[in-house]
Amino acid sequence: MKIAVCVVVAPSTDTKVKIGADGKTIDMSDVKLELNAYDEFAIEEALRLKESTGDGEVVLFSVGSPATIKEEIRKGLARGADRAVILDTDTTQLDSSAVAALLTGEIKAFEPEIIFMGKQSVDYDSAQVPSQVAAAMGWPVVTKVSSLAIEGGAFRAEREIEGGVEVVEGTLPAVISAEKGLNEPRYPSLKGIMAAKKKPMEEKAAEAPAPVLVIDCLELPPPRPEGKIVGEGPEAAAKVVELLRNEAKVI
Amino acid sequence: MSVLAFCEVRDGRCKKAAFEAITAAKKLAADLGGSVTAVVVGHNIQDDAKKLAAWGAERILAADHEFLALYSTGGYGRCLVQAVELAQPKAVIVPATIMGKDLAAWTAAKLGVPLASDCTEFKVEDGALRVRRPVFAGKALAWTHGEGEPFVLGLRPNTMAAEEINPGGEGSVEPLPLTFDPSTIRAVVKEITGGDKGDLDVAEAEIVVAGGRGVGGPEGFEPLRELAKVLGAAVGASRAAVDAGWIDHAAQVGQTGKVVSPNLYIAIGISGAIQHLAGMRTAKVIVAINKDPEAPIFKVADYGIVGDLVEVVPALTEAFQKALA
Repeated sequence: MKIAVCVVVAPSTDTKVKIGADGKTIDMSDVKLELNAYDEFAIEEALRLKESTGDGEVVLFSVGSPATIKEEIRKGLARGADRAVILDTDTTQLDSSAVAALLTGEIKAFEPEIIFMGKQSVDYDSAQVPSQVAAAMGWPVVTKVSSLAIEGGAFRAEREIEGGVEVVEGTLPAVISAEKGLNEPRYPSLKGIMAAKKKPMEEKAAEAPAPVLVIDCLELPPPRPEGKIVGEGPEAAAKVVELLRNEAKVI
Repeated sequence: MSVLAFCEVRDGRCKKAAFEAITAAKKLAADLGGSVTAVVVGHNIQDDAKKLAAWGAERILAADHEFLALYSTGGYGRCLVQAVELAQPKAVIVPATIMGKDLAAWTAAKLGVPLASDCTEFKVEDGALRVRRPVFAGKALAWTHGEGEPFVLGLRPNTMAAEEINPGGEGSVEPLPLTFDPSTIRAVVKEITGGDKGDLDVAEAEIVVAGGRGVGGPEGFEPLRELAKVLGAAVGASRAAVDAGWIDHAAQVGQTGKVVSPNLYIAIGISGAIQHLAGMRTAKVIVAINKDPEAPIFKVADYGIVGDLVEVVPALTEAFQKALA
């Protein structure tokens, strides 16, 4: 089975965000990059699917500057993906529709039966690329999947909703976006890390379409007022409840 | 010119987020100079649909069909596209609930128009619509605008209080007939399970009681559940507690979980990692209980208690019980 996985390299989740000099982008000077947390579940699910069908190919697709993201993408190959394609483009103006357009153009030529990706990237949190790729492919999409079973050309997916779980049934080809908990991603083995050094990583120059969602400025959230410690031990409980009622007026 | 509000229905009833969407649409329509159209999708929804007039809907569209009793991205999405074509709105407001996020993303992609997901604020300047949305899980806020119309806005639940402006008001409902063959929709919700647990969702609740590594284990969440019950609150958790397997991922608050804005957030045994703070810092009031007086959570907590959770949490439950009696 041919399986595509879209991945993105983003600032690690412990990044302390600083706004850049242009006021519109993040100051990347001290930022550590890593494979998007949700994409790890997407890669793992793709590998398991390939393993269960016994044959096939898992290809990673990513948009960005190869020099900055290559080593993180290679970690996906170390886990077991067969090869990677990096669409080399200027990322300063990219929005999710542009990313989706670039990915779709490339993925179409690969002719996969299923496309996995994380439910969203942990930087701009748009959660739009899966639906945009699906719309462009003319395929169904199931977002934030936390359990997936595939048999023949059919799938059964579960997604957590408010106070319950939705069970979605459908047929391939389809786009599946992964929620945390879909699986337990494996760690790359030493053998995998060595093998990844030789796996093909193709870099292709790509021209991104103009964004439809434009950031005019970034700001930091207003600081919260300095917190105060009301007291110690269970004796402080009644005082806190009184403050919540009479000062904060939330109960 | 109008603003279209998608009104989410679950179990045959409009959700609170639906009324918030209409209130937001009303404000936006006033700024842009237009009217509010509401669209409802589901089955046997006529009664709830006509009551949307009470919240400010001037025109009400309803796609009411057996096939729409359960959600499907393609089915609901086609209905919303149809409503957009009919109402020709300048903006479409969709609650950023789990259904709404999925629906808005598909619909905007299908229409080829911009979507700003999870908006918390918007303004109209010289006729141009600008919206603010948290990025990096709330570590920064982005003011954005869209190129192309309609501009689809995902509205984060709990950021705008719904206003019933005409209590008891009812409007006439225009049917949206199904324009597609249901058998062409290849992925469909077949059932919803676990709904009987009646657990409140952390992203929707007005009060959240959350536990972290300090609660010590799965059974450590029991006193938190007691407290949540007294307050009518949802139970949340930090990533540490979820990754340890003590509680389901659905409860996780923070960068790889949910971002929440409740009226009251009670953080229990949570040290306050940057990823967690990002997910709850927009709560109106934060209470923290931790044995470590140096824990970063106290820097953002309006009210802190330093102490042993085993003693403090039951005392707090009792104090709330007394106060709310």
